[in-house]
Amino acid sequence: MALYSEKVMDHFRNPRNVGIIENADGVGEVGNPVCGDIMKIYLSISDGVITDVKFETFGCGSAIASSSMATELIKGKPVSEALTLTNKAVTEALDGLPAHKLHCSVLAEEAIKSAVKDYYDKNGIDYDPAEFPDCESCAHCADGTV
Amino acid sequence: MIEIIYADNAATTKLSKTALDAMLPYFREQYGNPSSLYSFGQKAKEALEESREKTAHILSCEPREITFTSGGSEADNQAIVTAARLGEKKGKKHIVSTAFEHHAVLHTLKNLEKQGFEITLVDVHKNGIVRPGEIAAAIREDTCLVTVMYANNEIGTIQPIAEIGKICRDKGVLFHTDAVQAAGHLRINVKEQNIDMLSLSAHKFHGPKGIGLLYARRGIIPEVLIHGGAQERGRRAGTENIPAIVGMAAALEEAVSQIDKVTPELIRRRDRLIEGLNKIPYSELNGDCNHRLPGNVNFCFEGIEGESLLLLLDDKGVCASSGSACTSGSLDPSHVLLAIGRPHEVAHGSLRLSIDTETTDEDVEYIIKAVAEVVDYLRNMSPFWHDLVSGKRPHIFSE
Repeated sequence: MALYSEKVMDHFRNPRNVGIIENADGVGEVGNPVCGDIMKIYLSISDGVITDVKFETFGCGSAIASSSMATELIKGKPVSEALTLTNKAVTEALDGLPAHKLHCSVLAEEAIKSAVKDYYDKNGIDYDPAEFPDCESCAHCADGTV
Repeated sequence: MIEIIYADNAATTKLSKTALDAMLPYFREQYGNPSSLYSFGQKAKEALEESREKTAHILSCEPREITFTSGGSEADNQAIVTAARLGEKKGKKHIVSTAFEHHAVLHTLKNLEKQGFEITLVDVHKNGIVRPGEIAAAIREDTCLVTVMYANNEIGTIQPIAEIGKICRDKGVLFHTDAVQAAGHLRINVKEQNIDMLSLSAHKFHGPKGIGLLYARRGIIPEVLIHGGAQERGRRAGTENIPAIVGMAAALEEAVSQIDKVTPELIRRRDRLIEGLNKIPYSELNGDCNHRLPGNVNFCFEGIEGESLLLLLDDKGVCASSGSACTSGSLDPSHVLLAIGRPHEVAHGSLRLSIDTETTDEDVEYIIKAVAEVVDYLRNMSPFWHDLVSGKRPHIFSE
């Protein structure tokens, strides 16, 4: 059996929404180079709807595929709906990821939340901080487990 | 389907025609058990002992000093445990090694550490080469073993084995070398190089998989790891894998007979590969550029991750390997790259190409072009790379 599903390989080979958005309404970046993966999500938001989304990713095949799929899943959706996107939904949409790669789908979820948080901060919109990941204190890199 | 360029010979090699032809009769014609008394079994026994003589001759040792094993890992385990048990009897529980040994060595040492052994890992420096003087300095009164690989499996750097062997012999400490990457590619003479124990594996020199050997100098009786029958003079139980043993001897003989002929050509292609990849900005060769295996090239590229590099090279037909965490199945990148001082962020972006005599000049040019394209493509979508370009993060390599 191949390492990745055909869906993962498709999104890895032909990633959707790669690039940057100049003057984006929200930008989120998670991960770090020491761990070997960084995801950066750019959002254009108008009337509470994500009108455009782009990503840049430094990472493995599943990291790139997860970013691509996650951007597809939130494009054109209300911000409130994007916030409900889970890593599980990203994984399922990719027809699964190997167990040790689930972390990549978590990063995708967190990158989107981080971009939305940035949009809220810039626009003085109130939110519950508990809803957003705190990447700085994430155990992933610290304790050596995925 | 696109043509495959196999550039991962450090992982495994294609079985040579000579080895295959030597093996075939032992599957369906001479399939007897060498332990059987009747002449049909004794034919297999003859093949076994001829193979032992052949390999012993190549290594410059006695046939009785050779124990066939399931491969390099088993031989490494057996060598280290042998020295540890011998040392233990004399109250010597200290072992000297390096941080960039194969895991078959490192994990065996780790296990001994749990049993009260103390392990000193000497520095391998930025060029990936151990300094014999530092081995000498690390040896103590209670040192029972020095184990240093002949050539590194990831970065291909060749270690000063003969000098280390001399130091150990003078100090009366056993010296083991994991020669898995060196055998069949570099000259080995266990006598001249003062090697007490040596491990090798057939599938790294166009022999079959699942077979290797341990050389242990006369007087050093290998500790039994596999208990059972009296095969291999009671040092390794289990019916001997005659086809594989015959194939290993044939492959080693062939590889060694060709070393002088093929090495200059291989080095020329390796160096062309290095020259071509060096043109990629912010990249650097890992390990010394001269003291390295004739087929080994290992680079780090800033701003990209190794697994995605490998997958895209695979799409272009190039088989290679990487020391990135994602390819190692752990969170840390290659312990070899970390040992030579590469920071995590570039160690994730490493690529190992290991070519052999079948790699053509055209293949080399194709690989250079393919790697340059893929690195460029991945950098274009990498926020890490963009941070390096904009100066938000400092470059590690020069342009």
